[in-house]
Amino acid sequence: MRNFFDFLIRQYFFFLFLILEIISFILIVQNNYYQRSGFINSTNQISSKILSSINDISQYFSLKDANRKLSEENARLLSESKKFYMKTDSRIFYYSDTLYRQQYEFISAKVVENSINKRNNYLTINKGSIHGITKDMGVITSSGIVGIVREVSQNFSSIISVLNKETKVSVKVKKYGHLGTVNWKGGNYRYGELADVPTHVKIAIGDTIITSGYSTHFPEGIVVGTISDFKVEKGDNFYSIEIKFSTDFNNISYVYVIRNIMKDEIGKLNKNLPDG
Amino acid sequence: MVNLIIRNIIRFIFLVLFQVAILNNIQLGGYINPYLYVLFILMLPFETPKWLLLISAFILGISVDMFSDTTGIHAAACVFMAFCRPGVLDLVSSRLDYELGIQPIIRDLGFKWFFSYSLILVVAHHILLFFLEVFSFSEFFHTLFRAVLSIIFTMMLLVLSQYIMYRPKK
Repeated sequence: MRNFFDFLIRQYFFFLFLILEIISFILIVQNNYYQRSGFINSTNQISSKILSSINDISQYFSLKDANRKLSEENARLLSESKKFYMKTDSRIFYYSDTLYRQQYEFISAKVVENSINKRNNYLTINKGSIHGITKDMGVITSSGIVGIVREVSQNFSSIISVLNKETKVSVKVKKYGHLGTVNWKGGNYRYGELADVPTHVKIAIGDTIITSGYSTHFPEGIVVGTISDFKVEKGDNFYSIEIKFSTDFNNISYVYVIRNIMKDEIGKLNKNLPDG
Repeated sequence: MVNLIIRNIIRFIFLVLFQVAILNNIQLGGYINPYLYVLFILMLPFETPKWLLLISAFILGISVDMFSDTTGIHAAACVFMAFCRPGVLDLVSSRLDYELGIQPIIRDLGFKWFFSYSLILVVAHHILLFFLEVFSFSEFFHTLFRAVLSIIFTMMLLVLSQYIMYRPKK
C-alpha cells in the first residue's frame, strides 16, 4: 500500500492531468447528450452581463444596417395592412373577422452572442422566461429562420442555430408543396442541404424553400432559402439539393421568437396517438 | 516573485477578455478563428510548479468556455496542452537547463526557439479542440482543414504579439 501511494505521489503530474481531463470530458458529454449544464454556459449571470455590454458597444457599428432592415420591414408590413387595401366589395372585407384566429405571437429580442464558425453554433438573446419565452420556440428574422430556443434563464435564452448538427427543419418547395428536411453540413455558413425531395418533382435552381408548418416550432410559409444547386446520385430516389439560406447568419442583430398559442392543444392531441 | 504572480494574473484576465470580446467575433469565411489566449500557457515562467501549470490551464479553459457556450472543450484542450509543455520544453531546448530569470519569449530565447516551441503546443491544442467540438471523425479532413487554417492564424498572432509587447534586444 505504501508503495502504491509513493507511486501516486511520484507520478502526480500524470494523475492530476488525468483527473482534470476526466472532469472536462464529463462536462463535454453532459453538454452534448443531456441538459446543458446550468452553471457553465452563457446564460449564466456574470458572463451574460459582460457579453451584453460588449454587444452594446459593437451594436453601434451595425446601427445603419439594422435601421435599414427595420424600415424595410415596416414598409412591407404597412403594405400588407388591411388599411391600405382598396375596398372592392364591402361584403368581402370585415374588420372584426371571425374566420381567422390568431395562432402565432411574435416576441422581438436582441442577439447578444452569435457564432458561425463552429460545427455546432448557438446564439444568445436578451429575452428570457419573464418575457414569456419557453423551450422549443422557433426563432426567425425578417429575412428567414434562425433556430430553436434550447435553454431559458430569467433574462436570457440560448438558441440552437440552424448552423448546427442537431437542427433539422421541416420544409417544403413553395411551388409544389413537396416536403423535405433542411440540415447544415458544416463549411460555408451561407449554404445548407435539403434532403428527402423525391426525383419526380421538377425542381429548378432558384426555387424558394419555405417552412412546412408541420412542426410546432415554425408557422407555415417562413422563407428558408433558395435552391442553388441540385443533382441526383445514381440509383437514388431523392435529390441531393444545396440551398442558399436567406438569412445571413453573420449579420443578425434583432430576431423574433415565435409563440405558438395552440401548441399545447396540438401536443395533447398527438400524445394520445399509438406509437409507430 | 509576487510581482511575477500579479503580472501573470493580469495577463490571464487580459487574454481571456481579448479572446471573447474581439477574437471570437473574427469569423473569416466561417473557417478561421484564432485562439490567442493559449499565449498565457506558453508564457508561464519556467519555474512554475507542474501542478500549478495544469490547474491554471484548466481555469483558463473553463473561463473561455463560459463565454463561448462550449462547456469543457477549451478546458480539455488547454489541460492537454499544459501536460505537453514540460516534454516540449525538453525537446526544443539545446541548453539543458534554462537560466534563472529567463522567460519563454522571443526576446530572451530567439525567434526559432519560440516558433518551434509554440507551434508544437498550438498544434496539440487546436487539433484536440476542433475534434472535440465536432465530436466525431465523420468529417475528418474537413475538420483537419479548419484546424490547420486556425493554427496558421494563431501562430501569426502569437509572433506578432511578441514583437508588440517586447522589443528585441539589439
